[in-house]
Amino acid sequence: MHNFITYYIGTGFWGSLVSSILPLVYIMPYALVTMWLELKISAHMQDRLGPMRTGRWHGWAQPLADVTKLLQKEDIIPAAADKVLYLLAPALVFIGSYAAYAAIPFSPAYIGADINLGIFYIVAVSAIVVLGILMAGWSSNNKWSLLGAMRTAAQLVSYEIPSSLAILAVVMVVGSFNLNDVCSAQSGWFWNWFVFGKFPFLFITFIIYFIASLAETNRAPFDIPEAESELVAGYHTEYSGMRFAFFYLAEYANMFVVAAVAAVLFFGGWNSPFGAYLSGPVWGAFWLISKGMVLVFIQIWLRWTLPRFRVDQLMYLSWKILTPFALLNIFAVGLWVVLRG
Amino acid sequence: MAELRTEEMVLNMGPQHPSTHGVLRVELVVDGEVVVDAIPHIGYLHRCFEKHAEAMNYQQIVPYCDRMDYLASMNNDHAYVLAVEKLLNIQVPERVEYIRVIMAELQRIASHLVAIGTYGLDIGAFTPFLYCFRDREMILDLFETTCGARLLYNYMWPGGLSHDLPPGFIEKTRAFIKHFRPTIKELNDLLSYNEIFVKRTANVGVLPADIAINYGASGPTLRGSGVKWDLRKDEPYSVYHKFDWEVMVGKGDVGTVGDCWDRYMVRVWEMEQSLRIIEQALDTIPEGDVQSAIPKRVRPPAGEVYMRSETPRGELGYYIISDGGQKPFRVKARAPSFVNLSLLPEISRGYLIADMIAIIGSVDIVLGDTDR
Repeated sequence: MHNFITYYIGTGFWGSLVSSILPLVYIMPYALVTMWLELKISAHMQDRLGPMRTGRWHGWAQPLADVTKLLQKEDIIPAAADKVLYLLAPALVFIGSYAAYAAIPFSPAYIGADINLGIFYIVAVSAIVVLGILMAGWSSNNKWSLLGAMRTAAQLVSYEIPSSLAILAVVMVVGSFNLNDVCSAQSGWFWNWFVFGKFPFLFITFIIYFIASLAETNRAPFDIPEAESELVAGYHTEYSGMRFAFFYLAEYANMFVVAAVAAVLFFGGWNSPFGAYLSGPVWGAFWLISKGMVLVFIQIWLRWTLPRFRVDQLMYLSWKILTPFALLNIFAVGLWVVLRG
Repeated sequence: MAELRTEEMVLNMGPQHPSTHGVLRVELVVDGEVVVDAIPHIGYLHRCFEKHAEAMNYQQIVPYCDRMDYLASMNNDHAYVLAVEKLLNIQVPERVEYIRVIMAELQRIASHLVAIGTYGLDIGAFTPFLYCFRDREMILDLFETTCGARLLYNYMWPGGLSHDLPPGFIEKTRAFIKHFRPTIKELNDLLSYNEIFVKRTANVGVLPADIAINYGASGPTLRGSGVKWDLRKDEPYSVYHKFDWEVMVGKGDVGTVGDCWDRYMVRVWEMEQSLRIIEQALDTIPEGDVQSAIPKRVRPPAGEVYMRSETPRGELGYYIISDGGQKPFRVKARAPSFVNLSLLPEISRGYLIADMIAIIGSVDIVLGDTDR
């Protein structure tokens, strides 16, 4: 599809524009659907129905109504806020999440940017989010926001280490940073997926990556940056209307990024679980999105089940448990790769 | 090298904060995220109960008692009517006492469910909160069938009750008990023994028994520190002496005796004990007329009385002075939330802001009760 676009529109300004807007066509409906799913899943887990009226059928239009409401709201900028940073922060947070979509291989035929350092790129641009959150917290001129932003910065920086180390283990096995190569290495039936032990230790790697990625999305049990019972709303306490919606959208976009990366690294990416059956460019996109959504569902499930960690416990988990295990894991995987030659 | 000094920040927690359980304002002096001092400021919900009481006759005060601790209205009424009856020196039929005990214990479960549910919410677990409210709803339905009200009942009157038990109440209550017992276990699996929950609450906000006693703490806050003190057992009123149940105390199962987890867990255990009391009361409830002892005119002799009882939050005492008229000369309520809240600075110094939430929640205050 990417080739298709470049063939017809060229690689000039318009071609780049179309290619870069394309993920947005996916993110918007995805975010709306996931918001609705989260409302319904959490409701059913909690023995209630959730939205039932908006749009008649099981409240399917609730996210649309929510977004419309947010659009209509007044965009409040606190008088004491640092205006430039305050206005820039939500955009930066969203850009950080959005830019990562460029390197996600949605199907064998469509990847926004088929670069050799794909996974490295995703890890790098995701780090922009920290900057945006720090800016939001600082510029709001609110103590709760500041505390939330500080916590976030510490948390995201800490958890990038185990997650990067986990990714490194897969890269060592595949011998490439390119996400399409990672997918190709897992082709065939589903027992070829890395998570099912085609290579030993990679299941542990997946667990490490998944826990760390949960922390990177700032969701429970790691939702300390916006712990509503402690910090009111953390770094986005002062935001309203569309700017608040941007933080919200970025969170959902980010959830899918980490889920898609996990799907690519450990669950075969766009590969069909049934070997050559149901595979191809379109089925590829279907499988990647399905796998990603299953992982997103697990994120939602965990969020509505577990309580929240405390800041120091969170740091403990990252530095004293996940990071040493990730290092050991890398050592084990490396040894195995060397011995198998 | 000169000692490095960082600046402390004053942080206002409340009165509009999601986890101060109402309109409590805590002035936090923090060093980074470490709490140096916590000063509770109260009075945002002050409604002059005691002054109001001086202007009304004894029966009219009951609805005001409902509104003190709005999560445990039955228990508040219970304490008040016991005080008035003691002042009047009247005996009420045994059936009335049985029904009062059943209602008080149902209310205790309902109140503890709110405490436990919102505590889970404070720690970040959203789901147990809704499970707790689902079960509380059943208790409120029972109250509704009995007296028409779901929150503020005006059910217990000096000398009797506003209504007898409706037909089918006993069966419905039995059905509720049958439903509720397994959900306590579910709650324990989901929340109480959850690894993260234990990590958040064990060894946090440790309240040693001697400090608890010095501050006059009572209820689960005191029992969490391992002190076996429950007025239902130690100074039995109504018909509590007839039932077989245990006073649950914190034992430091997962941390230190008197930590947040102990205070929380005492409430969970108490719900089980309350079920035991209700079951026995339902089995042995005598027949009788619940309104036969209600005096036409409440005009107690001049004198004073102090009557205390165990509400879900601790010792609620009413001190009533009568000058022989139709209105009390003075009514003073000794509210458990107020006394327990005074402990807050003592148990929160040196912990993190996140722990502050756990500590406030574990003391389980109701601001209506604190401010009156």
